[in-house]
Amino acid sequence: MTNKNVTRRGVLKSGAVASTGLALPTIFTASSAAAFTNEPTGSSVVLGFNVPQTGPYAEEGNDELLAQQLAVEHLNGEGDGGCLNTFSSKVLQGNGILGKKVEFVTGDTQTKSDAARASAKSMIEKDGAIMINGGSSSGVAVAVQGLCQEAGVIFMAGLTHANDTTGKDKKANGFRHFFNAYMSGAALAPVLAAEMGNERRAYHLTADYNWGWTQEESIVASTEALGWETVNTVKTPLASTDFSSYIAPVLNSGADVLVLNHYGGNMVNSLTNAIQFGLLDKVANGKDFKIVVPLYSELMAAGAGENIKGVLGSMNWNWQLQDEGTKAFVKSFGEKYGKPPSNSAQTCYAQTLLYADAVERAGTFNPCGVVEALEDFEFDGLGNGPTWYRGADHQCFKDVLVVRGNQNPTNEYDTLEIVEITPRAQVEYDPEHPMFAGGDLGECNPGA
Amino acid sequence: MLGLNKKDTSLLIIVGLLTLLAPFILNPFPEGSAMAQFNAGYPDLMQRFVIFGIFAIGFNILFGLTGYLSFGHAAFLGVGSYSAVWMFKLLSYNVIPAIALSVVVAGLFSLLIGFVSLRRSGIYFSILTLAFAQMSFALAYSVLSNPKFNLTNGETGLQVYADDPQILQGANSPDLPHLFGLPMRATYTMDVGAWSFDFNAGYYLCAVVMMVVFYLAIRIFRSPFGMMLRAVKSNQQRMNYTGLNSKPYTLAAFVISGMYAGLAGGLMAAMDPLAGAERMQWTASGEVVLMTILGGTGTLIGPILGAGFIKYFENIFSKINDNVLHSWFAFLPDGLEDAVVFLIHPFIGKGWHLTLGILFMLVVIYLPGGLVEGGQRMLNWFKNKKTATDDTKSGKTEPAE
Repeated sequence: MTNKNVTRRGVLKSGAVASTGLALPTIFTASSAAAFTNEPTGSSVVLGFNVPQTGPYAEEGNDELLAQQLAVEHLNGEGDGGCLNTFSSKVLQGNGILGKKVEFVTGDTQTKSDAARASAKSMIEKDGAIMINGGSSSGVAVAVQGLCQEAGVIFMAGLTHANDTTGKDKKANGFRHFFNAYMSGAALAPVLAAEMGNERRAYHLTADYNWGWTQEESIVASTEALGWETVNTVKTPLASTDFSSYIAPVLNSGADVLVLNHYGGNMVNSLTNAIQFGLLDKVANGKDFKIVVPLYSELMAAGAGENIKGVLGSMNWNWQLQDEGTKAFVKSFGEKYGKPPSNSAQTCYAQTLLYADAVERAGTFNPCGVVEALEDFEFDGLGNGPTWYRGADHQCFKDVLVVRGNQNPTNEYDTLEIVEITPRAQVEYDPEHPMFAGGDLGECNPGA
Repeated sequence: MLGLNKKDTSLLIIVGLLTLLAPFILNPFPEGSAMAQFNAGYPDLMQRFVIFGIFAIGFNILFGLTGYLSFGHAAFLGVGSYSAVWMFKLLSYNVIPAIALSVVVAGLFSLLIGFVSLRRSGIYFSILTLAFAQMSFALAYSVLSNPKFNLTNGETGLQVYADDPQILQGANSPDLPHLFGLPMRATYTMDVGAWSFDFNAGYYLCAVVMMVVFYLAIRIFRSPFGMMLRAVKSNQQRMNYTGLNSKPYTLAAFVISGMYAGLAGGLMAAMDPLAGAERMQWTASGEVVLMTILGGTGTLIGPILGAGFIKYFENIFSKINDNVLHSWFAFLPDGLEDAVVFLIHPFIGKGWHLTLGILFMLVVIYLPGGLVEGGQRMLNWFKNKKTATDDTKSGKTEPAE
């Protein structure tokens, strides 16, 4: 009979032999010095799409993911090509990026900085992603942007509206296509003046976190420049679902405009509460009471339903625009998914194409080459009209839309109507503007 | 060895080997193969395994030994992270002072919360800790991050900026967390044929720390102090009647486990220098409870297993999307392929919570002792089978006399 007992000595011996065997090949395969993090060596290149798939912004995230998948299809030459046909830069041929087929991995940010960083890290470390795109909150954008800077990959931000993303938290490896709170203020102010006059008294309800504060600051600054008076600014906890106790004091405050610096579910609830209190039917200081929601999205509009009628706000982009880029994008998105894209979807789609284009123009995936190609890049045909990626802070400058909740929607997607397309010149600002000062882009980091 | 009995020594050695060889064990599939999706041997996830292992070991000292169910342990983890990042901001990127301060601050903080919460037991204690943790979360998320007094940087998360003082930061030291010059991010990749294994400096630092605190936990479990804590769990009233004051014991256990959590938080910040408020939220506190129960409450190795299990699901299953599924089942006929993908779809990607929930239910119902009980049952089953075969080998039945 053979002895099959495993002895300690035997295990140690065979372990030693095995580990020497494993270690040997490494002596000969000295790690090839890569020029930058995750340099694509095969026939394909991996992009990381990091969007909220669970949590309060899951809907936005899923819409972003659809758009990103569409962008990958177009880059690989599948489908109808979408905005590749209207994009002013013609280097993208529909054969992937630099001839490499585009593949992608997805992750769930859960709209939490920690989870977003973990998922982005796994994309970079495990899947070899060369670029991270997506997200639906400024906290996440800033966190992931910082990570990408450290790791040496490019971050193409998704929906992020706080000034800080390209202000005090800006990074050389990060780029934002979406507009910001300052631009919302600058775009809204003239329309507010035209519709409501120069002698209004505003009352702000603000989500009590970073984005809420920067937006409140921006709107207060631009409305006070009009001659408005700010009666009060009240911070509301992010987790609130009932805003009645915050709305009630508005009536007796002497204010005649309510500004809701809320987003997502918060905005849907606070607006609904305000309508229930009949604010819009009130007359204060001899004027009709008005409500303003500085940052709108299609999904919020759908959530608020009837209540949104006539309420003013601003957007980065809307599917009802009539330029060639928008039409091409809405057509391919609509044909594939049977619904029009939201503005967060558009920003992610555009960002993915912009990245691919920059790589083609730079002739390399090296982040530093890409940064150089994107800085001060002027383009058109992606749906926002002539656009400029400013090199000083990596912020896109383009027209901003002022929209109003549609009074007579003709179908379920027709919730918002475009009041005005504010020209780019009107929303531009100096990179050292006090609301954005204090940051430093630093050097581009290729990692490795 | 080291004052442990034979069984505990071998347990310590097994855990040591597992953590040491984790880069191999967690990357069993060749790079580029379809199964590579299930590889977990990349630095970030390995770090998470051991860091949450430490967190769960500490939690188990309180919950497993005394039976006090704290629903607010994430607060200590968060406090640890914030103190570590502040050390990075003020002193230097060296991780030693950061980790040291995170343990100390978490200890003080848990002393404060423990002193108040431990006046009650049972469900009231749980609710008190939950309330304190949510309070800390709210403080970190908005109250302590206003422009005038910015301690936590709110939603964005506390991070190091170029204009922070960093008074001890040398001119040549790396601009990211390091241990006397060795960056935590440094990774040596070993390619063996189709396989590739990552050896990460940060991971090994965490692994060494975990071994030390695991050893400490074993000593606590086996000490007279540990026995006292068990007595609290089995019958606190009787203990009080015998004239013993159990409060110092429970408070000590609470503070120790708070310090473990702070250590985990500090390590987390050392691996990735950003502290977000979400890690203090009640869901994070709930997660560590799940880890401990899933692995096996009151066992030594259970919490580590539970932590690994949950983090694996969170990071691996959540990344499987429909495209991946389609590529797996591409060999099936079209209609069938779509049907299979449709069936699996709810359980992967954003549905990872569902899969985890089902597994958690199964474990709690069929293995009340957690994964450890599962392991024991398997071991026993093998043993029984072996003895059974031995019996048949011996051939004929021996007469009784």
